[in-house]
Amino acid sequence: MTLERGQRVRVSARRHEGHHRTPAYVKGKTGRIERVHASFTNPETRAYGSDGLPLQPLYLVGFAQRDLWPGRGGTADDQVYVDVFEHWLEPTE
Amino acid sequence: MSGHDHDHPHAPITNGDEPPAAARVRALEELLVEKDAISREDVRSRIDWLVSRTSADGARLVARAWVDPPFKQRLLADARAAALELGLDAGPSPVVVALENTEAVHHMVVCTLCSCYPKALLGPPPDWYKSLPYRSRAVSDPRGVLTEFGTELDDDVELRVVDSTADVRYLVVPRRPNGSEGMTEDELAALVTRDSMIGVAQPASPAPTLT
Repeated sequence: MTLERGQRVRVSARRHEGHHRTPAYVKGKTGRIERVHASFTNPETRAYGSDGLPLQPLYLVGFAQRDLWPGRGGTADDQVYVDVFEHWLEPTE
Repeated sequence: MSGHDHDHPHAPITNGDEPPAAARVRALEELLVEKDAISREDVRSRIDWLVSRTSADGARLVARAWVDPPFKQRLLADARAAALELGLDAGPSPVVVALENTEAVHHMVVCTLCSCYPKALLGPPPDWYKSLPYRSRAVSDPRGVLTEFGTELDDDVELRVVDSTADVRYLVVPRRPNGSEGMTEDELAALVTRDSMIGVAQPASPAPTLT
């Protein structure tokens, strides 16, 4: 667990062929760590017969609804929270 | 016929007008059983477990949280441990998170990538939860979705949509309804609907008392 609650992070915009659990709608977006969950097996390797090790830390990352979906309504305070694994996150500060 | 050329026998893997996804699942099951990866008993017992679960367990957690503030704090800190206090199994996910709705914040849960859901506490997910329209619109137009469920949020309420994309399962603790002050824990549990624990609806209202 190298990231902390409250830290600003950017989700990598990289393409990933094959199974992964990072939704396209947050790729390249900036949010904030809301919860530090725990470490879990990596679904990107586990999906193909591996043991999924090493474990990957998982975080709940909050994004402003309007940053993700401009012009779709909602208020300035509305948030979308998404679980994202650490190897998809880059600190922005 | 396609290239079905291995030389050991098994049951036919198509069945009349079966949808392609069902045929694929059956074919996978046949192969996994044939390779001793799983047994038919494993499949049957998992299905039995799943269909035996209902949202009554989640409702017990919420009702206890409404009447017992220290329990609510423990539920919000670690829902798996709090469920165990009531003898409830929160399911296979190692981390289960309860999210409290308040006057200022409303949570609703979706799994945009598939259909992740706290099945142990809520039972099998409803079909709409697994549908593409809900999965896409819950994150792009959540207030519109809530309106369609009859849930109107004031603009000064912060809406938090939680997309359970990975190993964590989320349960919403809805707000206790007005007029429920004198009710017992069991009576309160009957107000806690499945949809209120997904966060798309408020709990049921107490029936007006007869005078």
